[in-house]
Amino acid sequence: MEFRDNKAIYLQIAEYVCEHILLGKWKADEKVPSVREMAVELEVNPNTVMRTYELLQNKNIINNKRGIGFFVAENAIDGVKSYRKVQFMDDELPVVFRNIYLLNIGFDELKTKYETFVKENFNA
Amino acid sequence: MIKIEHTLVYYLTNTVDMIKINNLNFGYSKHKPLFKNMSMQLSNGHIYGLLGKNGAGKSSLLKNIAGLVYAQSGALDVMGFNPAKRQPALLEQICFIPEEFYLPSVKIDAYVRANAPFYKKFDHQYFGNLLKEFDIPVGQKLINMSYGQKKKVIIAFGLATQANLIIMDEPTNGLDIPSKAQFRKIMASAMTEDRCIIISTHQVRDLDNLIDTVIMLDENDVALKASVQEITEKLTFKRVKEIDESIIYAEPSLSGYNAVMPNYHQEESKLDMELLFNAILAEKIKFKPLFN
Repeated sequence: MEFRDNKAIYLQIAEYVCEHILLGKWKADEKVPSVREMAVELEVNPNTVMRTYELLQNKNIINNKRGIGFFVAENAIDGVKSYRKVQFMDDELPVVFRNIYLLNIGFDELKTKYETFVKENFNA
Repeated sequence: MIKIEHTLVYYLTNTVDMIKINNLNFGYSKHKPLFKNMSMQLSNGHIYGLLGKNGAGKSSLLKNIAGLVYAQSGALDVMGFNPAKRQPALLEQICFIPEEFYLPSVKIDAYVRANAPFYKKFDHQYFGNLLKEFDIPVGQKLINMSYGQKKKVIIAFGLATQANLIIMDEPTNGLDIPSKAQFRKIMASAMTEDRCIIISTHQVRDLDNLIDTVIMLDENDVALKASVQEITEKLTFKRVKEIDESIIYAEPSLSGYNAVMPNYHQEESKLDMELLFNAILAEKIKFKPLFN
């Protein structure tokens, strides 16, 4: 896995796990790789993976079954969505807002663009 | 296949100071001290990255810990032993991979027959797995191998001793590109909660995701010892367009500057170890109050 330079590694690993859950590769109640397996795969310190797993546990995305390992939580997808929403609002939206302001783009224009985007990509 | 420990869940339960350094004074000549009253504690469950300029004393510190050189004064306690006494009960618990080494003109199996008996817990099967992982030709004489191949043999041997203290001086020197990735995987799996791993390196990009605690030597002492988490809680590393007074240190880059500044807004940045290294060398006084 290629890590980016702009974000803490443990958060990038959290994104990696969330991505797997959202894509349905890891389903509810399934076991996620152990801390050590993940550390070996990603070539990182096991303490870093432990920090990721603690974070995801706090966000109710994974559960720790003592002595057995970590499992995808039952409502993990909701957990991932609310976690990602906070990240989007805090990290990504300010960048978008800044451009909207600098380029003087109106909200009506954005709304039309957004609706077209949803129609084209999600058929909604 | 890399051996995966059977413990599925990783817990850091018992942390003890495996290495206690107290007011250590060391130098190769009396007029030129290398360490002046150096003190530091290292515990199990960590991979320490030892950084420093050429001649800052990285290798000398490692040699002190392994009992290969002796301090002029001060106390050095390694797992309850004084390493200068070189007691077998301690030495069998230390795996030391030096930067420069000599291997005899024998094949691997003869080398293992002669050296493995010194280590009670030596794991022959693990050794074989590591050699396979590193793609080492087993039938060849050690002396006819390339520097990189020899290095991989001693790394494999060292890890197979199952020692709890692993000391590596520039381990990625001489390793080719695939071997470096294998080395990172092997170290990630070798890091168990009862081990203390110290790696000195100039090649921080090879190892920066493996290291959880940075130790930097400068001017006869420890200039910084802090975990990656602590460093990134206190400092933020990022690209900026312009320099302002909040920035402690910056280097020009393609699109502005790579900068280090106090982490006022709880940003979660990625530690840039090279930038931190240069920043501390240049602005040591500004960092001192941040890290006690």
